[in-house]
Amino acid sequence: MEKAVKQYWPIFVLPTVAAFIIGFIYPFIQGVYLSFCQFSTIKKAKFVGLKNYQYALTDESFFHAFGYTLAFAVVSVILINVIAFLIALALTSKIKGANIYRTVFFMPNLIGGIVLGYIWKTLLDCFLSIIEQPLLALNEKWGFAGLVILMCWQQIGYMMIIYIAGLQSIDKAYLEAAMIDGANKVQTLFKVKIPNVMSSITICLFLTLTNGFKLFDQNLALTGGEPAHRSEMLALNIYDTFYARSGKQWKGYGQAKAVVFCILVIAISLIQLRATKSKEVQA
Amino acid sequence: MKKKVLSALLSVAMVSSLLIGCGASEETTSAAPADDANAEETEAVDADVEFEAGEGQVYYLNFKPEQDEQWKALAASYTEQTGVPVTVVTAASGTYEETLAAEISKDEAPTLFQVNGPVGLANWADYCYDLTGSDIVSNLTSDAFALKNGDEISGVAYVIESYGIITNVELLEKAGYTVGDIQSFADLKKVAEDITARKDELGFAAFTSTGMDGSSDWRFKTHLANLPIYFEYQADGISDTQAIKGTYLDNYKQIFDLYINNSTCDPKELASKTGDDAENEFAEGKAVFFQNGSWEYGNLTGKGMTDEQLYMIPIYVGEGEESMQGLCTGTENYWCVNNEASDEDIASTLAFINWCVSSDEGTQAMSDMGFTIPFKDAKLAANVFISQDAAYTAAGKNPVSWNFTTMPSEEWKNGVGSALTAYAAGTGDWDAVVSAFVDGWASEKALAQ
Repeated sequence: MEKAVKQYWPIFVLPTVAAFIIGFIYPFIQGVYLSFCQFSTIKKAKFVGLKNYQYALTDESFFHAFGYTLAFAVVSVILINVIAFLIALALTSKIKGANIYRTVFFMPNLIGGIVLGYIWKTLLDCFLSIIEQPLLALNEKWGFAGLVILMCWQQIGYMMIIYIAGLQSIDKAYLEAAMIDGANKVQTLFKVKIPNVMSSITICLFLTLTNGFKLFDQNLALTGGEPAHRSEMLALNIYDTFYARSGKQWKGYGQAKAVVFCILVIAISLIQLRATKSKEVQA
Repeated sequence: MKKKVLSALLSVAMVSSLLIGCGASEETTSAAPADDANAEETEAVDADVEFEAGEGQVYYLNFKPEQDEQWKALAASYTEQTGVPVTVVTAASGTYEETLAAEISKDEAPTLFQVNGPVGLANWADYCYDLTGSDIVSNLTSDAFALKNGDEISGVAYVIESYGIITNVELLEKAGYTVGDIQSFADLKKVAEDITARKDELGFAAFTSTGMDGSSDWRFKTHLANLPIYFEYQADGISDTQAIKGTYLDNYKQIFDLYINNSTCDPKELASKTGDDAENEFAEGKAVFFQNGSWEYGNLTGKGMTDEQLYMIPIYVGEGEESMQGLCTGTENYWCVNNEASDEDIASTLAFINWCVSSDEGTQAMSDMGFTIPFKDAKLAANVFISQDAAYTAAGKNPVSWNFTTMPSEEWKNGVGSALTAYAAGTGDWDAVVSAFVDGWASEKALAQ
């Protein structure tokens, strides 16, 4: 049996590899090629060299969007992971109805980003009008806060489930040993629990960080970049570059920005993976 | 072992999120839902083609979701009579450009699509078949309805629309006025302010909410902004410009102020008001005036309003000879034929659109869709606003042309919209609107070169 697998593995792998090449590798390479072109559709692309990158890397709005995205990613990664971990801790201790709480916390994750964006827009606009502040479309600060609140609400449940799984898989012997040695709760947390769930932390950081950078639906629905592009994140900035003006050059500019964006997200997540994986302990 | 499983999981997570991440850089992905719907229909067409070998087919990518059903019915009827397969696919509201970009790259590309005027044509000029000498062009009532690109005719207007201030005549009479009392901006201001003063007693406001949400702000950043542009073009005798002067922006401010200060809600709340909000307020009799166009007729009558209640008055801004001013009438819908399609398909498409605007059944269908079409055989649309527009013209009033097709870009409109929203809420001042209007125009026009 094992011999057969060894012999025929290319056949078994073929469907997946083919799908990967058709669905990912080929479009990706084509996308990179298009970033050097002016085009209205992919059929009629005219090679223009580095002109698109020249524009993308000197566009002020792209830099603003980058700064805004970075700030958002940092704030949301910290908040989501800290809160999700705390809730996971609470729900792994023996409290009544823990399963119901887990379900409730997980539920926001099942609603799509656009829908959530519109729901929160209505909620926050009502709240802002009650406290007599300018509404979301006029309010850069609250636009940012709104996005953070929305993303926390949506993602904490998901990350919580991963942390719960991590916490539950800690060998009881470690906790018992710590207790017998007289470790208090804080010590147990930092010396036993956290080192043992480092693998969960790696996954959660990876997911929240990339989600933070790629955020699009929620940004589009909640603020739409208002006021005047001040709350626009990278993905929305790329979309606007594509569609806000007519002319072939804008498709090329947008495509160049998209490639820069892709490289950025890959680079940041690789660095993060390397950094946290080195802290993982082998159970 | 645990580590292996984890790294496998991680790779899966990474690959899947990369796929999503890079999806954003592929324009085709954003139009995926429309593709699915289309896939089925294209198959259906394929099946037909086998029986109709040698003949062309038509694939129309429709822009107007509200007429989707009617187009499909008309297409089916045409196929029944001529045997030429006609596929109608409608892009979801606000996603036409994306859908067209995705569809036109396919083997089964649309043979008939639309652009919104000279600015939209910039994206699609490469795909426009030169219509010079075709039957449909010779059927146009005026050359002005042909969209030209140099010497070529790239598109033909297929629907003429009007907008103005839709008035609830019944409520206006309750307030003690008739539409005849409003012949100028000064009259409009007097009536509106009187209604506002007696708002509690009357139980309704003068204007519906000037909603600045994305579903409604085009009424002001595009349609209302047409008026200062129109008067400037008139004064300077031009039809487009690289640098707008903003001579009539005070008039723009005047009418915008009137809207926001005599409305159903506090100007601070306008940023979140939607198009549906304004439409519902009007249909429910909460306001007398509602700036919108002839396309709203179906929606308003659908909500229970009657022809007797509805009247459209011109948007007076206190400029020009107001007693002679008509509705804002024009088009931003031009049909274009895909020059990449096969010769048979092009021939079939030309025959189909000409049939739509010249045959008895075709013109009747267009009239039922509420369209006034700029063609010799047109039937008058069953739409009270259209007949009122005709009456204004018959009375010798001058329609205000649609100049927003010369606006530099969506980006320009968004800039003006943002500034107007901030001005209405009091977080920004009028100077910002002027700057977005004048400086934004110059910089966006420069970028379009």
